Amino acid sequence: MSNSPAPVTAGRVFLALLLRDVRVASKELPFFLLRTVMQPVLFLIVFGFLLPKMGFLGKGYQTALLPGILAVSLALSAIQSVALPMVQDFGWTKEIEDRLLAPVETWVIAAEKIVAGVIQGFIAAAFILPIARIVMGPIPNLTFGHVGDIMVITILGATAFSALGMWLGTGIAPQQIGLMFSVIIAPMMFFGCAYYPWRGLDVVPVLKYIVLINPLVYVAEGMRASLTPEVPHMPFPVTMVALLVVAALFWIAGLRSFRKRAIG
Amino acid sequence: MAAMATGARELVALEGLDLVVNEGEFFGLLGPNGAGKTTTIGILTTRVLASAGRASVAGADVIRDPVGVRRRIGVVPQRANPDRGLNVVDNLIFHAAYFGIPRATASRVAMEHLERLGMAEKAQEKVDALSGGQQQRLMIARALIHEPDVIFLDEPTVGLDPQARLALWDLLRDLHKQGRTIVMTTHYMEEANQLCDRLAIIDRGKLLALDSTEQLKAKAPGGTLIELELDGEANDVAVAAQSLDQVLTATATGRVLRVQSASGGRIISSLIDAVEKGGRNVRNISLAEPSLETLFISLTGRKLD
Repeated sequence: MSNSPAPVTAGRVFLALLLRDVRVASKELPFFLLRTVMQPVLFLIVFGFLLPKMGFLGKGYQTALLPGILAVSLALSAIQSVALPMVQDFGWTKEIEDRLLAPVETWVIAAEKIVAGVIQGFIAAAFILPIARIVMGPIPNLTFGHVGDIMVITILGATAFSALGMWLGTGIAPQQIGLMFSVIIAPMMFFGCAYYPWRGLDVVPVLKYIVLINPLVYVAEGMRASLTPEVPHMPFPVTMVALLVVAALFWIAGLRSFRKRAIG
Repeated sequence: MAAMATGARELVALEGLDLVVNEGEFFGLLGPNGAGKTTTIGILTTRVLASAGRASVAGADVIRDPVGVRRRIGVVPQRANPDRGLNVVDNLIFHAAYFGIPRATASRVAMEHLERLGMAEKAQEKVDALSGGQQQRLMIARALIHEPDVIFLDEPTVGLDPQARLALWDLLRDLHKQGRTIVMTTHYMEEANQLCDRLAIIDRGKLLALDSTEQLKAKAPGGTLIELELDGEANDVAVAAQSLDQVLTATATGRVLRVQSASGGRIISSLIDAVEKGGRNVRNISLAEPSLETLFISLTGRKLD
């Protein structure tokens, strides 16, 4: 028996938890990618390849679509990679209990899950980019000149949606997980300015302002600002600040909700 | 250990559940389902926040220093909850990592544990390949991997077949012999009787009895417990039974007549007579010597499971 166990730092426990998630996720990588990029890829094929080829959509549409597809992939994968395990773990497998016994404050465990989700969102976005290029062919006016901006938006967007995944995953009853997709995620994707630029909504001004509550708008517009600046877009600093605020709110909500589930 | 020996760990939980578990003790919380056993363990393992009261484990307060508590405890849950994303030995190595144990040390200790549990050849297997008993043994290894001061087991043998249960009992006895402090909940009398130094009998969140297992058995009401299952309400014949010679007490619960007999089974024939005179027939008879079971029935008026 150890008499006074040496305290382990929260940082070290965090790393161990992250290592565990990386190990488990890397084994499931193909399934993870299938689950999260299938929908964006299908969208790419229909809207980025078939419709332009048929002449229903102009070539310029592809330029507007690409940043949006990246934003959707990022958001979907970040949400799912946190929300689904949370629903499972707290709902029935109770597998997370061994981590809840780790000698750290409970929020550290939740924070690690969100960070793991950020990494997975990043991977999904990086994976979809070359696929988009293959499906759509050369994309006019695509630039990688603003790598820093792309990184900032990707990290902020993944962080916001990963934290949203924590909030949803710990706040929603397991039997309502299907509802989460149809009532929250689907409208968010379709009204997230992913498949059309925000400025395009000038034609329906009411909608243009309603969609501003949708965080996906800022990821998609931020991506446009940094990847395809030729397409009309929100100013980059606006998207950045909006995402900072949203991410902070979701972090707070996610951590609180996690704590509520973890400690009865 | 001497430095640690604050001796007693005080805990207060549920409705005035005051008890102290001593270092090195195998302590049992015995009670039926819904008695509050799991809540008690939940509070002590920092997974349930008590609304009032105080509890501390190995000197650390569960509310003010939950991290300190977690560092000092190992927990075996009611239902095995291994990390299915990891194989058997990684379950132990990663759990050790959460406690800051370096991988090399953890690997060695994990293999030692698996060998002792007779599961060394399963080290690289998926957790799903293990039987229920093996999964529960893995949970025990996991609870021990960071050398905790106190081990909590919540109904560790529920759902195990008799053989696996006996194997687990042997394992727990060994842990106890090594001087570990063990707190276990159970609703199996035999389990409590076989393993625990001291027992708290709780029901509906209240402490009914607290003593060494031997003392508790001695406290069980005298005489043999005779249970007669009747074909109708037992209430009507209880008074008649009570008046019989050698009957200490006679109580009725539904169709069951419970009689404490001062002369063993010899009064059965006169009991049957009394029942039949009251217009009832006897369907079944069972006898039990004074035991934890009879004590529990006398305390609560009902059986454990």
